Amino acid sequence: MNEPELEQFAKQLDVIVTAVARVQEVAGDDIPPTTHAADLVNVYREDVPEPCLGADAALAQAPAAEEGRFKVPRILPED
Amino acid sequence: MSTDLIRLTAAEMAAAVAAGEVSAVDLARAHLDRISETDLAVRAFLHVAEESAIAAARTVDKRRAAGEPLGPLAGVPLALKDVFTTTDMHTTCGSKILAGWVPPYDATVTSRLRDAGVVILGKTNMDEFAMGSSTENSAFGPSRNPWDLTRVPGGSSGGSAAAVAAYQAPLGIGTDTGGSIRQPAAVCGLVGVKPTYGGSSRYGLVAFASSLDTPGPLARTVLDAALLHEAISGHDRRDSTSLDAPVPPVVAAARHADVAGLRVGVVTELSGEGYASGVLARFTEAVELLEALGAKVHEVSCPHFRYALPAYYLIAPSECSSNLARFDAMRYGLRVGDDGDASAEEVMSLTRAAGFGPEVKRRIMLGTYALSSGYYDAYYGKAQRVRTLIARDFAAAFDQVDVLISPTTPTTAFPIGERADEPMAMYLADLCTIPSNLAGNAAMSLPCGLAPEDGLPVGLQVMAPVLADDRLYRVAAAVEAALDQRRGHRLLDEARGIERATVGTETEAGR
Repeated sequence: MNEPELEQFAKQLDVIVTAVARVQEVAGDDIPPTTHAADLVNVYREDVPEPCLGADAALAQAPAAEEGRFKVPRILPED
Repeated sequence: MSTDLIRLTAAEMAAAVAAGEVSAVDLARAHLDRISETDLAVRAFLHVAEESAIAAARTVDKRRAAGEPLGPLAGVPLALKDVFTTTDMHTTCGSKILAGWVPPYDATVTSRLRDAGVVILGKTNMDEFAMGSSTENSAFGPSRNPWDLTRVPGGSSGGSAAAVAAYQAPLGIGTDTGGSIRQPAAVCGLVGVKPTYGGSSRYGLVAFASSLDTPGPLARTVLDAALLHEAISGHDRRDSTSLDAPVPPVVAAARHADVAGLRVGVVTELSGEGYASGVLARFTEAVELLEALGAKVHEVSCPHFRYALPAYYLIAPSECSSNLARFDAMRYGLRVGDDGDASAEEVMSLTRAAGFGPEVKRRIMLGTYALSSGYYDAYYGKAQRVRTLIARDFAAAFDQVDVLISPTTPTTAFPIGERADEPMAMYLADLCTIPSNLAGNAAMSLPCGLAPEDGLPVGLQVMAPVLADDRLYRVAAAVEAALDQRRGHRLLDEARGIERATVGTETEAGR
């Protein structure tokens, strides 16, 4: 992103962060956090193989594919 | 004939198809015609799937002719928010980063609709990745409110709401993470429901905030919403947050419009400054109506609701920053800057900068910050504790009352462009809806009249405990029946936005 964009965002984020910091006013450490409304834990299924997407379907919309693999730009730095 | 067909309710359409009075194909064609005539003005749809809709309709007609039993919504057309994957239609989530993407699998909501014989007309516009309250964050331009085309239809499910309010489809599907079904329903004069979290599968629902996202129905009547609610709900083993519990009996409740003796609580904190006078006036009348219908209404304080908005705007961005990390230009979607020289990291950066809109960027940055080491406890950690306090407020309230009510959103539909540059002003639209997302309980918006100052729809929000979704429908059915009777016609009959626009065009054409 360019400088003017970054400045705009910085200003807006400042306002937002100040507003959301209000949460610090009220919740003491004695209150346990809630991560999920339903509180489900360890929802498993039987470890039995089932039909899955398949390579062709998975690669169908890839930006670039080759030999049944996603073709990506170089991962490691030049130097 | 065509015009009459689109004015029917979904229940009436299903009955007509089942009785052989109208073919599903004719029904689909009538709605596709309506879309052609009005969508240049309304812009509800990102993709109209004419061929597959007619094919689906034809299948329903064949099955009916063969004497096969049809489900309660077979042959009824529907507008599907473009956040659900569909193998035969683009799925963009309102974003450039997924423009032209065709998913390799159907969402569970999509397949349940297809199995029910529902005819999906196409994918509707939305705020990008469900972040917004107006559809102005869509990479493809905003949708317009059929009540007044210069105003927003709400968001993020604004396209689905606009489609249903414009009679382009009797049913719509949206998602509600911070109010994104209920608020568009309120500003478009519709019934919109956020089921209990986990009540409907998120498999194939492109994730924004995994602990908050909830698929749900949009419709013109309470019964229609109930029928759709049932069609898309129920346990799904492919979604580990899906509730393994029976779907609450919402259709039965919608047919049981009786609030005598019901204890109703008005949430003290969801009123006051910032609420439009017309919204408060119609809300007060709704309270009086409920009392007249035999409900016992009194005020209930939920003191931590004042912290719901800041908590949400920490939790949702945090979860979104994680969920949207997958858009990395490697396996699907947009790829920018891959010139054979740039590194994967550079390509990812360039792609995300080009592919994401400003609101998405803001939320990813906010979320990344809130989750970062040194800040996690002060922001995300605190917000999750506020979440507990809000859930406790609900639990305490539901000890005293059966349902809670409030206005759905503080104002009527605002003009397009009015809040686009002020993120905080936009966020205020979610003030009343957010608590139910944080606690995961069931909530709904139903129309309770028009604001006198601008003639625009006002929504009444009803909230019920987790898995007590049926209570919403019971209350809503009673209110709807009383208001329709008092008025002598359905509220949506008064929506003139499209007609006014069409008349304007005719005049210009010199007819």
